[in-house]
Amino acid sequence: MATAVAPQQGGLFARPTAKTGWWSWMTTVDHKKIGILYGVTAFFFFIVGGVEALLIRSQLATPNGEVLSPAVYNQLFTMHGLTMIFFVVMPMGTALMNFLLPLMIGARDVAFPRLNAFSYWVFLSAGLFMYSAFLLGGAPDGGWFGYAPLSLDPVTDGMTYYSLGLQIAGIASLAGAINFIVTIINMRAPGMTLMRMPVFVWMTLITSFLLLFAVPVIGVALWELMFDRLFGANFFDPAAGADPLLWQHLFWLFGHPEVYIMILPAMGIVSEVLPAFSRKPLFGYPAIVFSGAAIAFMGWGVWAHHMFAAGLGPVANSAFALSTMFIAVPTGVKIFNWIGTIWGGSVRLTTPFLFSAGFVSMFIIGGLSGVTHSIVPHDAQQTDTYYVVGHLHYVLFGGSIFGLFSGIYYWWPKVFGRLLSEKIGKFHFLLMLVGFNLTFMPFHILGLLGMPRRQYYFPANRGFEVWNLLASIGAFTIAVSILVFLYNVAVSRKKGEAAGADPWDARTLEWMTTSPPPEHNFDAIPVVRHRDDFWYRKYITTPEGESARVFAGGAASDEEQHSSEAASDEPPSSSAEGASDREPNTAGAAPPESSSEERPHAGASAEEQGHGIHLPSPSYFPLLTAAGMPVIGYGFIYSPILLAAGAVMLLVGAFGWVLEPPAEEA
Amino acid sequence: MSAAHPPAEHPHTSTGLDNAKLAMWAFLGSECLFFGSFISTYLLYRNVTGDGPTSADLYDIPYTSISSFVLLMSSLTMVLALSSVQNGDRRAMRIWLMATAFLGLTFIGGQVFEFTTFVEEGLTLSTSAFGSSFFVLTGFHGAHVTIGILMLLGLTVMSSFGRLGPDDSRPVELVGLYWHFVDIVWIVIFTVIYLIPSG
Repeated sequence: MATAVAPQQGGLFARPTAKTGWWSWMTTVDHKKIGILYGVTAFFFFIVGGVEALLIRSQLATPNGEVLSPAVYNQLFTMHGLTMIFFVVMPMGTALMNFLLPLMIGARDVAFPRLNAFSYWVFLSAGLFMYSAFLLGGAPDGGWFGYAPLSLDPVTDGMTYYSLGLQIAGIASLAGAINFIVTIINMRAPGMTLMRMPVFVWMTLITSFLLLFAVPVIGVALWELMFDRLFGANFFDPAAGADPLLWQHLFWLFGHPEVYIMILPAMGIVSEVLPAFSRKPLFGYPAIVFSGAAIAFMGWGVWAHHMFAAGLGPVANSAFALSTMFIAVPTGVKIFNWIGTIWGGSVRLTTPFLFSAGFVSMFIIGGLSGVTHSIVPHDAQQTDTYYVVGHLHYVLFGGSIFGLFSGIYYWWPKVFGRLLSEKIGKFHFLLMLVGFNLTFMPFHILGLLGMPRRQYYFPANRGFEVWNLLASIGAFTIAVSILVFLYNVAVSRKKGEAAGADPWDARTLEWMTTSPPPEHNFDAIPVVRHRDDFWYRKYITTPEGESARVFAGGAASDEEQHSSEAASDEPPSSSAEGASDREPNTAGAAPPESSSEERPHAGASAEEQGHGIHLPSPSYFPLLTAAGMPVIGYGFIYSPILLAAGAVMLLVGAFGWVLEPPAEEA
Repeated sequence: MSAAHPPAEHPHTSTGLDNAKLAMWAFLGSECLFFGSFISTYLLYRNVTGDGPTSADLYDIPYTSISSFVLLMSSLTMVLALSSVQNGDRRAMRIWLMATAFLGLTFIGGQVFEFTTFVEEGLTLSTSAFGSSFFVLTGFHGAHVTIGILMLLGLTVMSSFGRLGPDDSRPVELVGLYWHFVDIVWIVIFTVIYLIPSG
């Protein structure tokens, strides 16, 4: 189909060349465009998941609500959870990682640009596949954790869609994780040592390792569920002697690291935003980095605290109670780092700062209610009540979503070149903070009063009414705040103030290039000499210990004491660094530092140099390969013919991927 | 890098490993958890046989030992294929690639025969939790071998397109890494499933 578009290069596998228009978005391998695609798609799902939440809160606004039938209610709360976790928080983090990671480490692109596009299209297909179940007989309705044997219920195909859809989403996450790991480990700019990396990059690395090892575990659980549902296997059927705890163990062995997969990127965002607006270096950088790694390690040893009510026995319960209490320690370390960063700083109360401050404070509440769950008798009391729902929303909404909005406001000018309105942004923050607490604080009380979660109605005269009504009002307040955000976006698109390269006077490399960045990111790959390198290019420390502005602007000139010969004059010859995933000589083969000395100094202007930079060409095959996945999914449910068709798409895509000409011929 | 190089102005910011190779290692790390979870499931269910046949009734260890030996020998031919392409002998490389694919195919044939025999003796996917975990674990390993065979054939196709040579041996190396991993996993599966007696 696609091969006829670019005939001048000839051949069956000619690569597309469009730079603008919708076709260029379909075939792009540019990490910045893919990041925007991720962000827009995740925000779309955020609206969808939010509408589901509003329907749930409408149903529960009054006792014996009649807005939704029980069957629809089950589908909605399940899809709300799945959407927000797998199609909002995770991809929104991935959107920022995609856009920022290469910029922050001074690279031209990620290690495998086509694999990156593949990740996005697979993620999108997973979301569409999952939602198509609404039209094809019923969406998943067994909760986002899909407890087997409950999820074996054969009334609708919903949980089959669950097993296949999450499997597909997992493939996207896995491919993305591998891509980011290789990019961070192998493609940092000269001088960008691990301990000079921005914390957001560190958290991306840690999150990617968590995904790498957590995704296959749920993958196995989902395969087993699929074999039970479709082919009559007996992994979870207690009647055949199977152990219903198997699903819980496999799911939560994935599920708890998943919690950190969702929160660590937000922690990385906050660790970038707070120093920028406190005008201080991050307090205790190594402690933040190592506590992040410690959380990731310990995150593998706490999963059974989700199962305290499952009857594992006192020894297992005590062990997991202890590990759960211990994991609060590195988390607490980070809180103190952030407070220490703000302390004594020249704080600017911008919208990104406010969202980050909101993150820290709301996450403290969520973290503390999390510690209460480590106390086994307390947890046994709260299991399956609204108390748990309150806790998880304080960490995932108060935590992740606030952190992500902080990142959106902070990096919006870098991505689109225009600032968002501060005034509207602050209004958005205030409304969201109030609405959030109004919604989820009452959940704790409802839980303590004994209201069970996942029930499609609540009875009257149990003291639940007022708290449920408050929560529903709060939910609609949040919805209004999101409309305010959309209005802010519209205003910014129309007449937003031009941002310039560095609107926040920030510290990290992405602010060195234009907003939005050119396709090749940097005209010259920067050489990094400091943590917060860009700050040290702008400021020197006077003998009195004060910071003073370097007048030459971004690039330190030779007169300044900080000057570094070729700081910004590196020729773009380093551009070949792994920009193409099929080049044998990628960064690994020729580490930048080994050749930086021999590079000729280029006298030409940076703009002129930019045009010589070789970037990978767009490709059809990531899209084609990814589109095969949901077809295979439908094939499993409906017909072997579809299965074969999907497999053919996958094979053709994979072979085209390997055999299409390398980028440089374009 | 090399010792002859003057003291580096910048510390290392790359491992010096090839990107694709690093990615393959990361992927194989992920695969360890994948097979680990299936093996755990099997260990949980190996005695949950219900009314169906038990592993002692079914397993033919000499037979499976031979097919395991065939699979392990395919790692040897894979090494020879890589060595040939690195030495510039593309004809020998194609022969060894085909030999590897053939040995892999022999193993798959052996597995198909074994599955058929087990079904005839009364063990299916639905017979018991033991049956489910056995078929799905070994089936997924078989699927990995099959994908490996497809990749070996893909390499042969690439070679006939004029690709692969001493300067372009990386695809062979990557497929080799994958192939050896699948073999090593089989050593674990063979030991845990067939050699450790249940009861």
